[in-house]
Formats: sequence, structure tokens, C-alpha cells
Amino acid sequence: MSIRGTAFVAGAFEHPRREIPDRTIPQIHGEVAMGALADAGLTLADVDGYFCAGDAPGLGGMSMAEYLGLHVRHIDATETGGSSYVVHVGHAAQAIAAGKCSVALITLAGNPRSGGFEGGGRAFASAPEGGFETVWGPTIVANYALAAQRHMYEFGTTSAQLAEIKVAAAAHAQHNPNAMLPRPVTIEEVLESPMVADPLHRLDCCVITDGGGALVVVSPEVARDLDRSCVKVLGAGEAVKHTDNGRVDLTYTGAVWSGPRAFEEAGVTPGDIDYASIYDSFTITVLETIEDLGFCEKGKGGAFVADGGLQSPNGRLPFNTDGGGLCNNHPANRGGMTKVIEAVRQLRDEAHPAVQVPDCQLAVAHGTGGSLATRMGSATLVLGREDA
Amino acid sequence: MSSLPAPSPPVTLETQPFWDAAAAGRLVLPRCDACTTVIWYPRAFCPACGSTAVCWIDAAGTGTVYSCTVVRKGQGAYREAAPYVVAYVELDEGPRMMTNVVGCDPDAVSIGMRVEVTFDATDKGTALPRFRPVGS
Ligand SMILES: [Zn+2]
Repeated sequence: MSIRGTAFVAGAFEHPRREIPDRTIPQIHGEVAMGALADAGLTLADVDGYFCAGDAPGLGGMSMAEYLGLHVRHIDATETGGSSYVVHVGHAAQAIAAGKCSVALITLAGNPRSGGFEGGGRAFASAPEGGFETVWGPTIVANYALAAQRHMYEFGTTSAQLAEIKVAAAAHAQHNPNAMLPRPVTIEEVLESPMVADPLHRLDCCVITDGGGALVVVSPEVARDLDRSCVKVLGAGEAVKHTDNGRVDLTYTGAVWSGPRAFEEAGVTPGDIDYASIYDSFTITVLETIEDLGFCEKGKGGAFVADGGLQSPNGRLPFNTDGGGLCNNHPANRGGMTKVIEAVRQLRDEAHPAVQVPDCQLAVAHGTGGSLATRMGSATLVLGREDA
Repeated sequence: MSSLPAPSPPVTLETQPFWDAAAAGRLVLPRCDACTTVIWYPRAFCPACGSTAVCWIDAAGTGTVYSCTVVRKGQGAYREAAPYVVAYVELDEGPRMMTNVVGCDPDAVSIGMRVEVTFDATDKGTALPRFRPVGS
């Protein structure tokens, strides 16, 4: 069964704040849930399916359904780190196609900026691989740096090329009044920022923000009766990549599997895509993903992103026009939600006019969870305009 | 011995033989009796065939740096340890294991470098296998 055209994104909401010391995490879930429902023109009583991930406190979906007052007949708490919410849209489309629900609510919230970093320490302590990684002091940045070093070694990728990704994100963020880092930056500024783990500088890393977001995914019947322009779910792919019995290859991500699955279901190719939201926890995350999704040949990502290749509207592939995780928002250290939200804005012609892709018909939203190339969830969505 | 911190690892029923051997200065690897695959990370389960018949073999203790990074800002037990090298070393038996490269200037470590195992004792009776440039 294909999910092509079986569901629509009817509501999308990104919390406008980036530092929220005066709210609990459930409160933020509540705010973004109401924001997305209002965007769709629906109410809590309409929701019959609920999706959340590891950021939902307490008993997860059960606690949040209770807090929000939901009475659902379908629940899905799939946890694949920051890519979870991209996965959820695909799963919501499947559930709607199977008649399990007709109005699916997806929420994300967290406060790592004001409340302290939540890296999932408890989960890592009991992880079977735990004792064979953490004892050697790998920071999160180091994990991504190891992938970047190997990519540079095999393909000649340079720090200046990685910096181009940050430069493009910052160029977009200057038009987003809510962005955490709205100031444009130059390649030189990225290269001169402090080294965190070679070859990644501070400006190769995403922001740490409080906040959240929510999506409402509905059946075609529900979409038809709404005043709001909806976005069609055309294809979804997901994958888990791991170290594969210690034979890990750091130069590619799970997007090599999730991408083709999504494109095939949608019946389109990477060349057809007008806009892409690409998970950008670090600049190297974007570079490997762009290659793996097939926007360019493996190893040629550096040349692809150079010379403003990712800048909207004139670049080869306009990306992350909200400023992405690198400059705008990375709520709860989980960037998949905001990837879908900005793709929805583009397909509704509601991105900032300075970065809106003219006649945007087809968009990709791609999520990356866990640690790049070593233990990760990849999720790709292909989205189209309501009449796609 | 290197000057890096040596936090004690969580030792489980599955990994006890690995850490006991490390305490005695030996790098051992699990190998599947059924299909002869060398397994990494250590576990009592073969991810190549599903067999639970796993034995332990002595590794040569040598390998090649597959990737490496100099951590400039450490966390937790490593908060004061930077700069230090985190690397994947491809063991001569095949697996790529995360580790530290010690015994030289962090900036001198590079992909392709040949390295050999060395052990740093933890305060809980076992030892962490690390690697240093061959012949250093
Ligand atoms: Zn086997």
C-alpha cells in the first residue's frame, strides 16, 4: 500500500520563543498543540490520533494524552531521536490510510537552553554499546567530527565548503525575526570561530534552544472541509543505520535508504525538488545528507554547497529557509519538527518573501536522529501542494 | 600509561571477559563459533547469524586509524582532559573500535597511522585499551 495522497498536513506551528524558563515542558507541548490545531481550524476534540517521541515527559504518549485531554484511538510514540517527527508524519499518513484515525496531532517540546542539556543520559547508561564508547570521552560534536574527518579524507571536502552551509543558513535566518542567531556570517567567521572537535568549529554546530512545534495531519475528507491550504503527503521513507558489527562507514547516512524509499513512493526524483529542509545539527550532517538523498554524487557535496548552492531563491537547492538548526531553532535538541514546518511554509507560499522559493511545488523534509552515521534514524518526507 | 582520565566502564554479564582480559593487559575479541565472524562491540550474540555460541580470541593489538578528531572541549570525566584524541581504529581482525590515541601530540594523529594497543588502569580494577603510534 502506498501512502501517496492519503493524508494532508493541515496545521503547523513553531513556538516563537527560543528561551522559555517560565514554562514546564508539558505546558510547551500544550501551547504548540493548540497553535497547530488553530492553524488547521480544528480543536482538541477533533484529534483522534496522537504522536510524540522521547521528549514527552512521564509515560510519554499516555501522560501527554492525559495532560492535553485527548481521547484517541491511535497512538504512536516512535522514538528515533531528532528524526522522530518526520517519521511521525509518515506513520500518521499510514494510520489515516488504514482508517485508524483521521486527525493526527504530533507534538514536540523541550527546554535544554534554560533547563540544562538533556542528552538522554539514563538511556545511554544501559545501552549495550555504552561501555565501548563513552569511556573514551566522545562528545556529541566529536562523533560528528569523526564523520567529517573521514569524509574529508576520502573526498577532499574542505572546512570552507562546510562553512558555506552555515553561511547559507545565516543568510536565511536574517529574515526570521524569531531566529536565535539572525546575523549573517562569512566563511572566514566560521573558520575563525573556536575549534570544538577538529574539523568542526563552534559555528559548524547548531543552536541549543528551548521551544517546540506541532503538526496536524488529516485525512483527505477532513482536509476538504478546511479553509486552510493543506500540504499533501506524497512519500515517506525511514531507515536505521548503525555500526553494523563494528564495520561502520562514517561517510554516509541512513538517507541512502530513506531517500529512495520516499522518492519512489512519491513518484518523483531529487531533480524535481524545489525546496529541501535538511537536518542540520552540524554542517557535516547537511553535506552527507545532500549526497545520500541523491541531490549530487557521493563525495561531490562540497562543490554542490559552494558558491551559495543552498541559498534561496537562486541556489542549486534552496534549503532551511527559516535559518535551520544552525541559526534559527533546534528545540529540545531535536530538529525534525522544524524541518517539516518550514517545508509546509514553503508549499503554502508562507515563507518570508526574501527566501520564498517561487512557485514551490515539491519539497523534501529530512530528519536525522542519534549520532551521524553510527547509530541513527533517518527519515525522508516528500511533500507537495494541495493539488499535487 | 597515558595521562588521560580512565573512567571505569559498566561491566555486564556479556562483557565481563573483555574487561577481565583488559585488566590483565590483553585485548580480546568475541568470535562467533558458528560463522567465525569477529564481533564488535562485545556481546554474547552474533549479529551476523544469530548464534549465541561466542568464544574469545586474542587480538593482535594492532590496527590503523580509520578516523580521528582532537576534542578541544571535553565533558564529564574528560572535562579537564582536552585536547585529546578520539578515534576509530580499524583492528587487524576487521572491526573498527572507538578508542583514544595517546603517546604523541594530538595534532600528529592522522588517518592511516599504524597504532598498537596500550592499557590504562581504572580505579575499579580493570583497564581501558587505548592505542599509540607503533614503535612509540
Ligand atoms: Zn555468527
